[in-house]
Amino acid sequence: MAVSTLERPLAARPSTWFVWAGMAAFGVFLLGILIAVVVDSFGRQWFDTWLPDGFTTERYVEAWDQFALGEVVGATVGVAVLVVAISVLVGVPAAYVLARRDFPGKRAIMLLFLLPVLMPPITYGIPLATVMYSFGLGRTLTAVVLVNLVPSVPFVILTMTPFIEQINPAIESAARMCGARTRQVFTRVLAPLLVPGILAAGILVLVRTVGLFELTFLVSGPGSDTLVVAIYRGMTSAGGGEARQLISAMSVIYTATMLVMLVVALRFVNPTQLVAQVKETRDD
Amino acid sequence: MTGVGQRPQRATASLRHRLAERGVDPALLLLVPALVVALALFVYPFSYGIGLTIQPTAAMQEQWGGGILANYVAFFQDPFVFDSVGLTMRLALPAALFNVLASVPVAMVLRHRFRGKRLLTSLLVLPITLGTVLTAQGLLIFAGRQGWLNRTLLATGLIDEPLQLVNNYLGVFFSLVITGFPFAFLLISSYLSGIDPSLEQAAKTLGAGWWQRFRRIILPLLAPGLATTFVLTFVLAFSVFPSARLVGDAMGETRVMSLMAFRAFGEQNDYAMASTIALMMGAVELIVVVAVLGLRSLLYRGTTGGKG
Repeated sequence: MAVSTLERPLAARPSTWFVWAGMAAFGVFLLGILIAVVVDSFGRQWFDTWLPDGFTTERYVEAWDQFALGEVVGATVGVAVLVVAISVLVGVPAAYVLARRDFPGKRAIMLLFLLPVLMPPITYGIPLATVMYSFGLGRTLTAVVLVNLVPSVPFVILTMTPFIEQINPAIESAARMCGARTRQVFTRVLAPLLVPGILAAGILVLVRTVGLFELTFLVSGPGSDTLVVAIYRGMTSAGGGEARQLISAMSVIYTATMLVMLVVALRFVNPTQLVAQVKETRDD
Repeated sequence: MTGVGQRPQRATASLRHRLAERGVDPALLLLVPALVVALALFVYPFSYGIGLTIQPTAAMQEQWGGGILANYVAFFQDPFVFDSVGLTMRLALPAALFNVLASVPVAMVLRHRFRGKRLLTSLLVLPITLGTVLTAQGLLIFAGRQGWLNRTLLATGLIDEPLQLVNNYLGVFFSLVITGFPFAFLLISSYLSGIDPSLEQAAKTLGAGWWQRFRRIILPLLAPGLATTFVLTFVLAFSVFPSARLVGDAMGETRVMSLMAFRAFGEQNDYAMASTIALMMGAVELIVVVAVLGLRSLLYRGTTGGKG
């Protein structure tokens, strides 16, 4: 298999050019969108010229005050951390059982955990939000944390299962032979081996929770809005929305947060390994 | 938890033993927290929602008739609501198909080693951090009438009139590609990396051209992965909500089902009708998913001889 990666074709095929052209178009759109938002967020007035009239950082101050971003960012971080902690604590033991054991009804339970991932969030989000409101939990942080657990717990289970399967069961057996109880097997043997997997799953859940719009939007309100929902509300609020630059400033804050999280996540995990459990033979 | 010597009673031990042979032992208790979450936050609300759909409001019953089924009658007979099924499909199917088909050649090219591969991969994965709301804002600025894209095209003389790229079907389609493509690309790359390169090598030795190698070896081995990726990207595209409102034409071409469900929920406070639309949305989506997964089960499912 080393041969195929070292070999180079003599001339580029037309299909290769086609792919490169497509990627270039994608890159232009992507960078255009990113740069346009950043430029807009620092711009004074920007109507029909190539660049805004002048540059200022006031938009950030203004957006911060007007949308109570201190509170919003606090809520976003708090919700995300809670969701990560709970879904890891609940999901990892479940993933362990599903990876190691075979028992009656296993397929039904797997399906139960798969369904929230296979369904659009709105389909279960609306009945769930109705239940939340009828329990008087509407527009609270508790409700936001609870709804976010629905996709996060299955996500942790699905991500952790391959990680656990990679650990040789003989190690656990050895620990048990030496007299370790299940709790000790977990804390002394599995947990240290699973740290990379738990970090990866945790960070991915963090990124997903911060970015998840639909479910949070259905149950949140003033005081429990996360950053994405606050931006959406700003864009759609009555009277054609807030000044565009304020929204851009908020979007930049949001993207910067997400980018930091993703960079951290990618340091711990190679995303292509999550799905197919393939070990790269070498890093290139 | 599993200490065998804890309870020495003979009867319990043998029952426990028999259960353990079938795989039921105290370790299964580790599943309980996750099951509680799934039952309390997914199964219960879902059943509650189904119950809610047959409790239509008085206004609904008066307008559409049908007794307790008034919500369903309204769903199928009110063109304003029912047309959203077609509008959603018209958006989600092409977008998911495009994302899957476009990521195959890209993933094939990125399988080889070359300079800047890491940078390119990062660039392709970057949009995952953007989220639909920021993508919408960026598209409005970048591809709007006064945006850089139209400006450049006008300046180079390719077009005479600014193109209408946002606030319509195209805007939402772009947004779905930008958020869905990285996801499809990641999945397809991981499936491709599971196919043993020596299979292709062998075909090459036998004189197969690149198209023969792709059609006869890569494609059949990749097909199940393609189906899975299609399903997952379709779910993403099907639930399109913020972008349909922000860069779409919310009351026209992109009046998707999730918008209608949210309208009933948040604006009309008709929870019963909202649940009905949400359930119908799930039903339509599951039909597509089951159809694709059914086709997938016809395909080859053995080992791909990968590196793992």
